[in-house]
Parts: sequence; C-alpha cells; structure tokens
Amino acid sequence: MNNDGCETPIRVPSAPFRPGESASFEEWSYSPSDLMKPDPLSCEPKDTIPHSTGLIRVLGDDDSRSGDWDPDISDSDLLIGLEHMVRLRIFDDRMMKMQRTGKLSFYMRSLGEEAVAIAQTMALEDQDWIFPTYRQPGAQFVRGRDMVSMICHCIGNVEDNVKGRQMPVHYTYREGRYISVSSPVGTQFSQAVGVAMASAYKGLDEVTITWIGDGASAEGDYHYALNFASVFRPPVILNVVNNQWAISTHANLASGSSTFADRGLAYDVPCLRVDGNDFLALYSVTDWARKRASAGLGATHIEVLTYRAGAHSSSDDPTRYRPSDEPDVWPGGDPIHRLRDHLISVGAWTEEKHKDLEDRIDSEVMAAYKEAVKFGDLAQGPYPSSDTIFTEVYSDVPWHLQEQWDEMNRLGGD
Amino acid sequence: MVQAVNSALDNMLSMDEDVLVFGEDVGYFGGVFRTTDGLQEKHGAHRVFDTPLSEGGIAAIAFGMGLNGLKPVCEIQFADYIFPAYDQIVNEIAKLRHRSGGEFWTPITIRTPAGGGIRGGHHHSQSPESQFTHTPGLKVVYSSTPYNAKGLLISAIESEDPVIVFEPKRCYRGPFYGDPHKVPTWSGHAEAEVPDVHYTVPIGEARLVTEGNDCTVIAWGTMVHVCEEGIRQSGASCDLIDLQSLIPWDREAVVRSVKKTGRCVIVHEAPKTSGYGAEMAASVQERCFWSLEAPVTRVTGWDTPFPHTTEWDYMPSPQRIAEAIRGTLEG
Repeated sequence: MNNDGCETPIRVPSAPFRPGESASFEEWSYSPSDLMKPDPLSCEPKDTIPHSTGLIRVLGDDDSRSGDWDPDISDSDLLIGLEHMVRLRIFDDRMMKMQRTGKLSFYMRSLGEEAVAIAQTMALEDQDWIFPTYRQPGAQFVRGRDMVSMICHCIGNVEDNVKGRQMPVHYTYREGRYISVSSPVGTQFSQAVGVAMASAYKGLDEVTITWIGDGASAEGDYHYALNFASVFRPPVILNVVNNQWAISTHANLASGSSTFADRGLAYDVPCLRVDGNDFLALYSVTDWARKRASAGLGATHIEVLTYRAGAHSSSDDPTRYRPSDEPDVWPGGDPIHRLRDHLISVGAWTEEKHKDLEDRIDSEVMAAYKEAVKFGDLAQGPYPSSDTIFTEVYSDVPWHLQEQWDEMNRLGGD
Repeated sequence: MVQAVNSALDNMLSMDEDVLVFGEDVGYFGGVFRTTDGLQEKHGAHRVFDTPLSEGGIAAIAFGMGLNGLKPVCEIQFADYIFPAYDQIVNEIAKLRHRSGGEFWTPITIRTPAGGGIRGGHHHSQSPESQFTHTPGLKVVYSSTPYNAKGLLISAIESEDPVIVFEPKRCYRGPFYGDPHKVPTWSGHAEAEVPDVHYTVPIGEARLVTEGNDCTVIAWGTMVHVCEEGIRQSGASCDLIDLQSLIPWDREAVVRSVKKTGRCVIVHEAPKTSGYGAEMAASVQERCFWSLEAPVTRVTGWDTPFPHTTEWDYMPSPQRIAEAIRGTLEG
C-alpha cells in the first residue's frame, strides 16, 4: 500500500492494486459502537479527532442498526430512501444503455455511491441549498424532480431545461434548490461557502450542502472553502466523497494525509469520517452537521468513504488501471443491498417486495424514457433552437451578440 | 477619484441592503488605496469586511452570494493578482446564467485597480483587460475620471450581469498626462465634479473627451489623459474617445468619429499582441474601410513584462502618441 520501498528520487504514490493483481482490502475494523456522538451544539472541533480518523457506522456487518449515531429515522422513511436509490441505479442503467446505443453523447453513473446524496439530502430541510458534483444526481429524486425532465437534459433535446448547453448529467434544478453542476471540478466547494454566507447575512435558516471528490480536493477551491468556512463560519456542510478513484488517479495521489477527513481539523472545523455506503450513518452525520449549521456554529467537514464501483464516465475503462474485481471486494459493500438487507432483517421489507419495486421502477424509467424521446433524441433531434446559443449569455442581448446572432440566422441557423 | 469610488459604494450600501463590499484590506483599514475608507464604520462589519488573502476564494464566495440573492462588490487589490480567481471568473461567474438555462445567475461586481505609472514593477502595473474581454458572459468597464469611476461602478452594481471594473490606479489621486515629474490633482478638473447622490454612467457608452477633424484617438483608463497631452503635442485636431466600456463597447461612437476623421489611433497600456486594441482596429477596418485615409495605428505597451524603473519607456508616452497621430496625417 505504500511506496516507501520505491527507488525513484521522488516518491510517486501508486494505486494499491493494478490490473492483473488481486485486490484485497482489510475487512472493516470499524463497528457502530466505535464512536460516541458528541452533542452537536457543544462539540468543539478537537472533540472530533477520533471521528476524523475512525469511521462512523450505524449499519453493522450483521445488517442491524446500532450505536450512538443511530439516527431518528423511521423504517417508512428508510423505505423511501431505498426506493430513491433503486430508482437512481435503474435510471443510471437505462441511461448507460442509451449512451451505448448512441442516444446520449455521454453519461456518468453513481454506481456504488447512490446513498451519498440521497441520504444526505433526506436529512436536510426543503429550504436548504444543494450544490452538487456530477455524482450527486440522486438528490433531485429526493427533491421531487420529474425523471422525464432529467432525461431530456441528458439528451439535450428541446425540453432540456439548460437548452443543450451542457454535457449530460450537468443538471440544474432551481425548484429543488439544486444548483447547476459545473465541469471544472471543485469550484462549487468554495462557491457553496458564499451561498451559505448569503443565507447567514439574510438571517434565514438555510443550510448549504456541497460535495467534492477525493481527486478534486487537491484543487485550491477545496482549501479556499475550508479556510473561508473556518473564518466566516457560515452554515455549510462540506463533504469530500472519497470514492478511491479520480478517473485513474488513486486517492493516495490527492493527499498525503492519513485520512481526508482530518485535513479539516487544521481549519478548526469539526471533522467526521463516515461509511458512505451506510445510509443511516450518512443520514445521521448530515443531521448532526445541519443542527450545528442551523445553530450558527458553522461548517462541518465530512469525508464520505465509499467506492466508485463503475467507470468514471462512459468514456472511461477502469480495467486499464485497476483490477476488475476491486469493486466486488470493497469492504463497504453495496449501499442498496445493505439498506435492503437491514429492512428485511427487521421485517419492514421482503425480497419479493424488493423485486416488485425494481420491476415497478424499471417500468417507470422506461415510460419516462419513452416520454422524453418524444421531445427529441440525440440521433434524430429535434435539438434546442440554435437561438439558445445567444440567449442568457447576458441578462439582455448586447449589440455584438445580436449582430452575430443575425449573422448565424442569415447563414441558415434555425 | 478615490472619493468618487467611495461615494458610489456608500450610496449603494445605503440604498440596497443586498450590497456587500469585501476584499483584502477593504474593511477596517479602508483599502490600500483608501477607496473603502470609513465604509465599515458607517455600514457595519457584516457589510464591509476584510477577507483572507485569497483571490480565488473571494471570487468564489462572491459567486455564491450573488447566486443567493445578494449584490456583492468584491475588490481584487491589484489586477495583477486576479489570476487565482481566473477560473472562477471565466468558467463560473461568466457562465452561470447560460449553463443553467437562465435558472441561476450571479450579478456580482469585481473592482480592481489596474495599470502602471506607480513604480509597481511587473506585478502592480499590468492592465489585463483583454484577458476578460475575451470571455462571453462578462461585462468589462474601465474608468478614467472621478465622474465615470462613480457612475460606471454604480451601473456595474446595478447590472444583472457580472461586471469587472478596472480602475486606473495612477489616476486615483489625479490625472496623469505622461510626465512622471508632474503630479496634478483632480482639483479643478471638469470630470472631478462628482455629485454626492446616486447617478450612473451607462455601460456601453463611450465619452467624447475632445473634438476634432484630423484623427480619431481611442483610449481607456490612464491613457485617456496621456492621449490628451499626445494630441496637444501632435498639433492635430482630434476626436478623443474615452471608451469607458470595453464589453459591450460603443462601436457606434467610434465608427461615427472615424468616418468623419478618416484616421484612427488606438492607445492602451497593455501589450500589443492580442490586446483589446486589435479588436478596435479590426472593427474600424470592417466598418470604416472606405473612409480611411491612413492605416489604423496602435500605440501600446510592449510585448514584454512590465518593467520597474524603466516604466516610462514601456507605457505609451505623449511623444509616441503624437508621432502616431502625425504618422496617420502624413500617410
């Protein structure tokens, strides 16, 4: 796992396992009883030292929920969370099929990370701002976004609310306070601090949640965010989703720290490290962070420990840089299976109901897909009018854009 | 001009509680150039405040505040230091409205002192306007006098689009006519009469500084005043156009003038190659080709880093400007 034996003059970390090798992670040494839950309103950042190096779990290896962090959430709400996760996975599968058959230009799945945005968004209030990366589309299901609208965006057809301007998965959903996804990784992290500062300035009980990948946490924006959050203490929840991989760059190249979580301690921000495939633990830490933020105690920094079970995107082939069995041996397991198995174990769910749910959602996704392509597909169109190239660049259309717009239309734009 | 900027911020802070002013040293101290002097005391530390030395962070929080309904006015202490914020400005602030299908926007104002003439060397002297005029989604203005410094800044703050406001730091205390040994103040200058009350100079409108028939001289920032002296030394009768707004710019005023004079000299401090003067020159030949009596000429900073002790040989001087004007007349 380390490169201390490396003979090059500069230590260049490598991934722990490469293709042809057999990946094997140590079994979880973490259990739900490891870590106490500090009172969110009196916790000092230094009190979270154990939480930044250990791992907060609620769902144990035996599928039961236990420990100090076990949140106040009912089985019926957990079933809603389970349904959203199943919906996201089936949705992703359908979208990947569309991409493979030329109906989408590109796609990014959330495979293995479905719990992250769904559990965390469910722990928030409706007025809270969501500032996602491309790996948190699931928050939109929690906020009630219509799937047809999401597919229309991914196609970039005439009903795409961002008018064919962005690549697929770069969603915008103002109604759900889900802020526009941007390709330059990390920029949202520092921007989210500004969104939260505005909420604080206006005296509103609004919290902003944002995420950044392990890879992007090497960008300056990550440090700007923590530093400004440390200085101005706005109501923001700063999550580093450590899914081990940034395309082919392993997490051990993003940081030399022992964990991603504990980097926040230097900024005097409470730091938690949570099992990102444990729906209940994710819900719990987010609820804890929200209570602090809402009470004016500022930011919480959370490392969400998970595994990117799929490729980075439809353009990526992870078998080129990691063992193909690595996702299967990830000790955190699968977030959907873990919540499903827990709910079955307490009698709130059954295998049959789960199968029925998958079938129902599969039909729902197929119906949404068929509805969406009525507004155009990638191969056939119709696409948004080329006029959308010139609109919303500014609040009005300045003369130089108008002139170029007219020129385009003279030359046969639609 | 410092007081004019201060007055604009003071007016806007008083009129609109969504306006916040922040940046490095702008709070308690009142800014290294004193443009925010007294504003924290008057409007409160939650509205006028210091930030960490982090231009990327300043631009990012401005983005977030603007998105969430506020009207932040942030200062980048020197335009030379804007580059850590470049990604936030170019990829994020400028693009938000478009990329989100109009669902989100961030109408922020970024003020930054620019230009040379203060013995600032490489990194307190540059004039990087063309690095931003090449970015769709931004509006870019460049003030030159107390009057337009206030009026343009208020227009920027009230704009629904993000605006970068370049302020010519050499002119904060007085106009600069190209002679470093003469340090006039704004006292008595016609453009130094600044009303205390709110007023605007519209974005997109140029200002005709002097009128003449021989040649059109286009400039912005400090160079407007240097051009006044250059025109005097040339002995020619010139239209001097202070562009004021670079994006969008007042092409109509430029074209009207060049069609009248048949000659055009463009002056800026920034390096020549890919400078904003190239955009002017191209547009003038597109629109005024049949009226031109001489080649369109540029007088600019050199394509080198900005020097320290030799800055007067770098910045366009009245002599170079006069020679360029005479050159168009002889041509």
